[in-house]
Amino acid sequence: MMTTASRARLRAGALALAISIPIVLGAAACAEGGNDVGASAGEVEYPTSTIRIMAPAAPGGGWDLTARTMQKALKDGGVTSQAVEVDNVTGAAGTVGLAQLVSKHNADPHRLMVTGLVMVGGVVTNKSAVNLTQTTPIATLTAEAEVIVVPAASKYQTLADLVDDFKANPTAIKWGGGSAGGTDQILVGLLAKAAGVDPKQAKYIPYSGGGETKAALLSGDLGVGVSSVSEFKELVKSGQLRALAVSGASGVDAGAGTPAPTIKESGFEVELMNWRGVVAPPGLSDAQRAAVVALVDKLHSSQAWKDALAQQGWDDFYKSGDEAKSFLDAESTRITTVLTDIGLAGS
Amino acid sequence: MATSIEGYQMARRGRARAALATAAIGSFVAGTISTVLLSVLAVPMARFAVMFRAADYFALAVLAMVAVTALVGRSMTRGLLSLALGLFVGLVGIDSLTGQARFTFGSVNLLDGVNIVVVIVGLFAIGETLHLASRPHDVPSTVAPLEPARGFAWLTREDWRRSWRPWLRGTALGFPFGALPSGGAELPTFLSYTYESKRSKHRDEFGEGAIEGVAGPEAANNASFSGVLVPLLTLGIPTSATAAVMLAAFQIFNVQPGPDLFDEGGALVWALIASLYLGNVLLLLLNLPLIRLWVKVLQIPRPVLYSGILVFATLGVYAVSGSVFQVLLAYAIGVVGFFMRRYDFPIAPVILGLILGPMMEEQFRRALSLSNGDFGVFVSRPLTVVLLSLAVLALVVPYTPRLLARGRGDRVLAKVALGEDD
Repeated sequence: MMTTASRARLRAGALALAISIPIVLGAAACAEGGNDVGASAGEVEYPTSTIRIMAPAAPGGGWDLTARTMQKALKDGGVTSQAVEVDNVTGAAGTVGLAQLVSKHNADPHRLMVTGLVMVGGVVTNKSAVNLTQTTPIATLTAEAEVIVVPAASKYQTLADLVDDFKANPTAIKWGGGSAGGTDQILVGLLAKAAGVDPKQAKYIPYSGGGETKAALLSGDLGVGVSSVSEFKELVKSGQLRALAVSGASGVDAGAGTPAPTIKESGFEVELMNWRGVVAPPGLSDAQRAAVVALVDKLHSSQAWKDALAQQGWDDFYKSGDEAKSFLDAESTRITTVLTDIGLAGS
Repeated sequence: MATSIEGYQMARRGRARAALATAAIGSFVAGTISTVLLSVLAVPMARFAVMFRAADYFALAVLAMVAVTALVGRSMTRGLLSLALGLFVGLVGIDSLTGQARFTFGSVNLLDGVNIVVVIVGLFAIGETLHLASRPHDVPSTVAPLEPARGFAWLTREDWRRSWRPWLRGTALGFPFGALPSGGAELPTFLSYTYESKRSKHRDEFGEGAIEGVAGPEAANNASFSGVLVPLLTLGIPTSATAAVMLAAFQIFNVQPGPDLFDEGGALVWALIASLYLGNVLLLLLNLPLIRLWVKVLQIPRPVLYSGILVFATLGVYAVSGSVFQVLLAYAIGVVGFFMRRYDFPIAPVILGLILGPMMEEQFRRALSLSNGDFGVFVSRPLTVVLLSLAVLALVVPYTPRLLARGRGDRVLAKVALGEDD
């Protein structure tokens, strides 16, 4: 026979057990979070648990592809024996993911996030409360040049022709490319500044994705298109679009078969690469930061990574550690200035 | 989307088998015809499709908006309020043209706007479930028993007779809309639904489970997919998420879709088109026998069915967004949907406003921006003028008899024609 009291105790026990389960799980999650990694000076053992790489965009985009390529190369290249996972946090040019990295994963070296030029711009245009300088920069990985194209029937044969008309009548040229405040519009803003035109006067029409931009170029809505080289390559190759200039340090083949001139070669002091890199949360100790940088260094020199670059057609754009930090700071300043000049930074 | 309106009502009347069968066969017919059209007409169609400019897309959206007002339902006031709600929800998020946030209340989660999947799940799955669960005595504990299976492939002679024209019309609407670089599958399904509901001899059955309302939109939906392949294959322009994935796949095989693809990569293109034919046949072979299985879902006891729907709705929203915020948002919209259902506000106009509103706004502002603010851009090209004139006609023609009647002082007829029943 069981007394009422003992039955009540039993029930209380079951309840306590039920409550304790989430607590135990929570504790396990904390331990996994890496607080047990020694934060003292000197070398730290890293990685000691699963590395989680956040792609701050939907599956299928450039950041997602970068994260998944890193994941594959870390495993295939034998860089680490720990598990590597990729999770997607979508929204607002990556600023949703950025806010999460900074607020939720402070001081956790096993959380990494893919980032890039687009996020630098997104922070400015979305008036994000969190910005990239709050993270711990690890490395920049890849970069892609931009291309400036016109429809085949356009009268402009060189970038200089185009900019001459642009200077004479800024609103007559209809520029088009990706989303407002993205790489494409940043390039138009930089070019306008270099040519001595007020960037606010440039008519830039944003489209959601390269497909819409291409359609608008072919229909005659747009006079000039700006996008990554790979986006327009096929239409340039088939002769429907003409590449006027590319935005990198050296000319690349934009589809025509011969390298297109750079913007600098065309006479304007503008260089812009759509770069992508990786950052860690804030609050890492120097030793932890060095360990993460060492891991990414190893990733970069692995054959698996080199193969992946070749397969994806990405340019190697590797800067790590302090070099990455100063590059990130310089880009933040430059991009914030140009977006403010365009009038996208708001008040 | 449109299918769910009539399909659900057909299921309630015990005609679930016929609804699924007409959807499956309609998809097959539309898929087959549109694949043939794709293999024959792709190149000239693409040439026509890229003529569409921002002003034309705006005119097209206006035409679609006017044409589908039938979905507004019996009460104009309620329908317009629902439409306004959809238009408002469509405004939330970063404005695509200026990069400024609208109605986000400082929340980063709203910067990308409200996903249409979240709204559909909220209004239809969650709202409907809450509504039904709130009045357990008004609905029978199981849906109407299934009608005995009759006819060929679960469709009676009458069903076949009523389905084949909507199938063909749905295909005729779906394929060209799919081929437009900013077309998509939603517009043709809505247009097909509206057309069928206006032209059917069984107009009174619409809203109660008319087979035409399932046959047409299903065909339009499937035909628009083949249409999407037109700009993809001939111009390398992906117009849907599926097409973007296919474009990436082509690049892995080192095949660049574009104007030369039909000449250079002929083997691949024809293999793809052959696989579409094959896929259509397989889909039909799979779908028809499985109808037997799907209708079993209706026999699940209601409490289990409802909780199952809620679980899958929650899971679905989390799967597409990966965000708890979006799940909560879906439930909040579900509560709104519950009250809309309760006080007899139509749901479809919300979705319509959400799809067409942003499209109209974006293309309108884009067109004006490109013309440096000159409204003449909407009348300067024949294509825009034709589309806008059609929109005006679609708006005026249904009201002409009433206006004439009013002019003659025939008040009784005027009142009947207004059709307001509250």
